Amino acid sequence: MYPNEVELQWSILIVLYPFITGLVAGAFILASLERVFRVEAVKPTYRLALLTALAFLLVAPLPLQLHLGHPERSFEMYLTPHRSSAMAMFGFVYLWYLMGVLLLEIWLDYRRDIVVLSQTERGWKRLVYRVLTLGSRNVSERSLGIDERLGYFITLVGIPSAFLLHGYVGFIFGSIKANPWWSSPLMPIVFVFSAMVSGISAVMLLYMLSTRLREKEIDMRCLDKIAQYLLYTFVIDFSLEMLDLLQRIYEADESFRSLDFMVHTRLWTSQVIVQILLGTVTPIGLLGLTQILRLSDIARKRIYGLAGCLTMIGIFAMRWNVVIGGQLFSKSFLGYTTYKMAFATREGLLTAIALMILPFIILWILVKLLPPWYESDSSPGSGSAPAHGTS
Amino acid sequence: MLGIKEHCAILGADVTGRYGAGNANLFKDIEHLIRLVAVIAIALVAFVILRAAVVPHSFGQYGHYRGAAIGEIASRPVAFAGHDTCEACHTDVVDQKKLGKHVVIACEACHGALAKHVDDPGSVQPKKLDTAIVCARCHEANSAKPKNFPQVATADHSGGIACDTCHQPHRPKIETAKTETEGKK
Ligand code: HEC
Ligand code: HEC
Ligand code: HEC
Ligand code: HEC
Repeated sequence: MYPNEVELQWSILIVLYPFITGLVAGAFILASLERVFRVEAVKPTYRLALLTALAFLLVAPLPLQLHLGHPERSFEMYLTPHRSSAMAMFGFVYLWYLMGVLLLEIWLDYRRDIVVLSQTERGWKRLVYRVLTLGSRNVSERSLGIDERLGYFITLVGIPSAFLLHGYVGFIFGSIKANPWWSSPLMPIVFVFSAMVSGISAVMLLYMLSTRLREKEIDMRCLDKIAQYLLYTFVIDFSLEMLDLLQRIYEADESFRSLDFMVHTRLWTSQVIVQILLGTVTPIGLLGLTQILRLSDIARKRIYGLAGCLTMIGIFAMRWNVVIGGQLFSKSFLGYTTYKMAFATREGLLTAIALMILPFIILWILVKLLPPWYESDSSPGSGSAPAHGTS
Repeated sequence: MLGIKEHCAILGADVTGRYGAGNANLFKDIEHLIRLVAVIAIALVAFVILRAAVVPHSFGQYGHYRGAAIGEIASRPVAFAGHDTCEACHTDVVDQKKLGKHVVIACEACHGALAKHVDDPGSVQPKKLDTAIVCARCHEANSAKPKNFPQVATADHSGGIACDTCHQPHRPKIETAKTETEGKK
């Protein structure tokens, strides 16, 4: 163990960071699939997914800023761009995704509602909607048609952007040559797929939870479809991770013995038990079961709920194992350290919990401001939101 | 709150009445987008102005940093005098040091920056050193250090006594050690 390796520099906040951006990218990709491939079944979650992505994206930089300190300096990244720094360039990836894709798409999609609300609401809310209309109240067929086409185009751009956003997180880890646990060209791809898994399952859970809170009926067709997507992406994600593992085992380079020992000791619970068995194999099995057996709606809902929660735990464990695991062994392959998590400190557990609650508060505000539900329509997928393809 | 659809119904007539009647004016229908572009343009201009205002002029002159910083740092007073300077006056210490393994260590590595003392030795007296801190900085036992480097678990080894009660700091080897104390780690 070298002296600079004894203490872990990247704490639980750095675990949260890829977890949160993963949710963003995943939720967005789910929404985009619906839009680009016109999957009517998952329509009820389209807007919810967009708002979820936005809520989590707004929180995504916070763990980094808490970790680094001096949040006011993060803006300097934009003032004096450093083109050879992967981390500095991420600021631009983030900005592009937030401003160029997500906000635009939400705005275009909600524009009609905003205009309507700016005339029916009262008080400060009215003012907010007024500002959001940018002073244009035109919601004629044609203008909405234009919005629709533009939105479609932005979604097309958005999918690679979402891949970029989270692929980039994987790239930052994957490109660290000095760390054999991270350095793998497969990293960005694995990150993208695990992002999709976590995002889809988060939206699924949020959809179930929100319909229950609003005492509405869950659209089973929609839920089944999402669960199906979840299963497919999960299978791909799992096989990629296993491929990576296989490659490592067969290649067995100089780092292998050290890493192998680590997985069998320090990471045994979090990697093998929680991530692989509990958080991956179990939900895949559960979801697979719903595909094979004919189960009642109630049973399916329960299974989806359980599988969704396990998935979230599994993906979080995966982030944990990547970030923390990568710092537990010495680059000399001769020693191991441990991570002692603090509680009420700047990078402690309490902060992490607060950071995980914050996006839900933001989401709640967003949902109040821009209701994503399609109820007042006769059927999901028509009415208030411009039905896709009506241009 | 009314459902969105009712709102639309209320608005629909009004709206289509005003704009939807024909395709008279494309400008009207992309007006909101033009406004959006205007907002973005304003934001960009504001950013460019802000950037011009806050980024130091010499930034990027030599590399990804403020060029003037080099001059500013260079003009700061020197804090370290250097090994050779001490030798001029403290010949006795230098001679002592030559006899031990600490010969490789510069005076100011232990005594700290002393340029001020060199300028005016009479009035600026170096602070007395706390050996428990100074010596431990290099000699505290640590498995990451090379095995052949002399290291001790200072608390156990010294028993709380200052290191220089037994070791001569400038020539630390205790020649008569075998007969004197039980202090070996
Ligand atoms: C111009 C001559 C001169 C130079 C150069 C000089 N010193 Fe001194 N130093 C003195 C004098 C004179 C004293 C005071 C001696 C006394 O009061 O007994 C002194 C005192 C000290 C003391 C305190 C001695 C005590 O008894 O507490 C230390 C430590 C010391 N010098 C270290 C240094 C170091 C390290 C350097 C090199 C960076 C240095 N000196 C350079 C002249 C010099
Ligand atoms: C290994 C650390 C170390 C180095 C290197 C070192 N000293 Fe010291 N020196 C000490 C300690 C410890 C003392 C005793 C405590 C005190 O006086 O502050 C001391 C004391 C002194 C004293 C006071 C009187 C004496 O002789 O004990 C002088 C003068 C002095 N040092 C000068 C120097 C000079 C000049 C050099 C460089 C040639 C030097 N020292 C290098 C640690 C060091
Ligand atoms: C800047 C780092 C540093 C500081 C501070 C320092 N030493 Fe050393 N010490 C060394 C080095 C380097 C050696 C030589 C190691 C070698 O060559 O194997 C050494 C060697 C020694 C030795 C073994 C000498 C021998 O001949 O075997 C002793 C004893 C020692 N130091 C005691 C002390 C004491 C007591 C202090 C505090 C006054 C001190 N050291 C402060 C770096 C330091
Ligand atoms: C009670 C007297 C005493 C005190 C106090 C003391 N030492 Fe020693 N130390 C010794 C003796 C005796 C030896 C063995 C002889 C030698 O190697 O010079 C020794 C050896 C050492 C060695 C060499 C160990 C090796 O493996 O070669 C180091 C380094 C050392 N001491 C550092 C310190 C430091 C640092 C302190 C202050 C925290 C300190 N000593 C305080 C008596 C003492």
